[in-house]
Order: sequence, then structure tokens, then C-alpha cells
Amino acid sequence: MRPVVSVVDHSAMELTPRISEADVADYVALLKPRVMSLVVFTALVGLAIAPVHVHPVLAFTALLCIAVGAGASGALNMWYESDIDALMTRTANRPIPRGRVTPPEALTFGMTLAFFSVMTLGILVNWIAGALLAFTIFFYVVIYTIALKRWTAQNIVIGGAAGALPPVVAWAAATGSLSVEPFLLFLIIFFWTPPHFWALALFRSEDYARAGVPMLPVVAGPDATRLQILLYSIVLVAVALAPWPLGYFDAVYGITSLILGGGMLALAADVYRRREGREASRATRRLFAFSILYLFGLFATLLIDVLVRAAVPTSW
Amino acid sequence: MDDNQEQKGIVLTEAQKKSRRERSIAIALALGVLVLLFFAVTIVKGPAVLMRPI
Repeated sequence: MRPVVSVVDHSAMELTPRISEADVADYVALLKPRVMSLVVFTALVGLAIAPVHVHPVLAFTALLCIAVGAGASGALNMWYESDIDALMTRTANRPIPRGRVTPPEALTFGMTLAFFSVMTLGILVNWIAGALLAFTIFFYVVIYTIALKRWTAQNIVIGGAAGALPPVVAWAAATGSLSVEPFLLFLIIFFWTPPHFWALALFRSEDYARAGVPMLPVVAGPDATRLQILLYSIVLVAVALAPWPLGYFDAVYGITSLILGGGMLALAADVYRRREGREASRATRRLFAFSILYLFGLFATLLIDVLVRAAVPTSW
Repeated sequence: MDDNQEQKGIVLTEAQKKSRRERSIAIALALGVLVLLFFAVTIVKGPAVLMRPI
């Protein structure tokens, strides 16, 4: 019998499987904890303003599922964007570019969390909320991350809808239906997203250009971006103020919205005016930081309002 | 297969063992939370937990 001769040079093949050294902190980083905290906060407000009593266990379940769903979206976003994350200084330290977690591990992690968050919310709370959470994850990962981000400068305008949905999901979890109030919160976050992210993109435009992401400052230039920031800020302030005269939110909210809106408009006008040098960079960073305070302030006012009403119901 | 052959194969480093243990504990805790969550909601909803209108 003739000996069997292999044509494959096995000595050249590395057959040792990769053993992960990723620790829990790496997987927590995949969840984008800072984004998750903002999502939980806005969802909490959506839950709080709902005109029904929600049992604390169900409220906790809803918030946990929304938080895990947001984390799943973050992990799936990092899975798809690992190539461009490695090129940007802001994201180069994420677990995949650092080699701590492989893209398939992040994909599996994200899909598992997405499945469990949606199913748990659907089974334990209600299926309208579960379906909305599934849609939010789908919109963030497929519509924003995969379809829009590398294709159009309007990426964060349309993609902002995903970040604006958590209060709607929370309202649906509380009431089992949908109404005007959660969509007012949706609109506020939706119109807040462009000025917030374009302010970031203005001082990170080199990063985005290197990675080939068509953010507005890269595609249309900084001056056009400054104009868009100002226009979106005007719309944002009007949208955030509207619920007061329309009778959905009360005067405390209205006055807070007026004061914070004035600050937002002043800083957006500053960004539009100052176009050169360190002053321009400082104005952009100020707007970026204030925009976070603006959104937090509006939602915190609604939350405090609900808590005060619950504590002293007879005084209102 | 003799003992020498069994001892070959993949040998984890201390760092790999430590991170694997951490990940295992985290998964166990997450599953524990999920079980407790289902238990707590079942208690809270009572018989209504069986009513599932679509």
C-alpha cells in the first residue's frame, strides 16, 4: 500500500485557539455605560410622567430591560464599527480595537443581550414595550450604524430617533399604550441630537475625516455645520417649550425650559459667531457640555415635578 | 491515550484563568438576577400573570 502524503503543510498552520483574557470590565465597556445612563434617565422620566400607578418591581424590570437593550445596541455598534473605532482617538481604547474582545465575541454578547432584554420586557411587562424596544435596537444597529453612518451626513439626524425612543418604550411599559406625552419627549431628544453631536463633530472632525465617516463638518465644512447647529437649536428650544402652552407640562417645566433654552440659544449663537482659533474651539466645547446639562435639566424638572406632586398631592 | 498526552493541549495562563472565572461569576449573577426577576414579577402579578392579551 502506498503511503498517504498530505499536500497541506501542517507545520505552518497555527491551530491553537485564541483564549480570551477579557475581563468583566471589558464587557461592561461594550455596553457604553455613559450612553446607557442617559437612556435609563430619560426612560425613567417616561415612566414617571405616565398617568398610571406602576408597581416598583415592574418599573424596575422595565428600566433594567431598557438599559440592557441600550447596552446590547452599544455592543452591536462596537462590533460593526471596530474598524473605524481603531482609527479615531476618541474610540481607539474601546475593547475591540485594543484586542481585548474579538468582533464575534462582541456580536454574540450583543445579540444575546438584545434577545433577553426584548423577551423579558415582552413577557414580564407587555409586548408593546417589548416590540418598541426591539425596534429601537434594530433602528440603532441596522438603520443608523450599518446603513446611515458611513453613507450620509444626515446620519445622526435620522439615527437620533433611536436615542429618542427610550421614554416612549418606558411609557408603553407603564400604560400598555402610546400617547402624545412620550412623543413630546421623543421630539425633544430627536431635535437635541444634531446640535449635540455636531458640536462634538466640530472639535473631532479630524478624527471623523481619518475614519471616513461623513459627519457634517467633514462633508459640508465647519461653517455650514455652525449654521445647522444654530437652526436645530432654535427648533429644539421651540419644541421643548411647546408642551407648556399646549398644556401637557406645567409652568415649572415651562420656565425651566425657557431659561435653559435661552442658554442653549446663546451658546449656539456663540458657536455660529466665533469661527477661528481657540475661541471657536472653546465655544464649541461649551455648547457640547451645556447641551448635556440642557437635556438633563429638562427631564430632571419633569421628574422632580412628578415626585413633588406625589409627595404633596393636595397642594396642587 | 496516556497521561503525558492528556497533559498536553491547551494550558491556560493565570491571567486567562482569572478572567474566565470573573466572566463565569458575572454570567451566574446575571442568570440569578433573571430568575429572581421572573419570580418577583410572578408574585407581584399574581394570577394575572397568566392573562396575556395580545
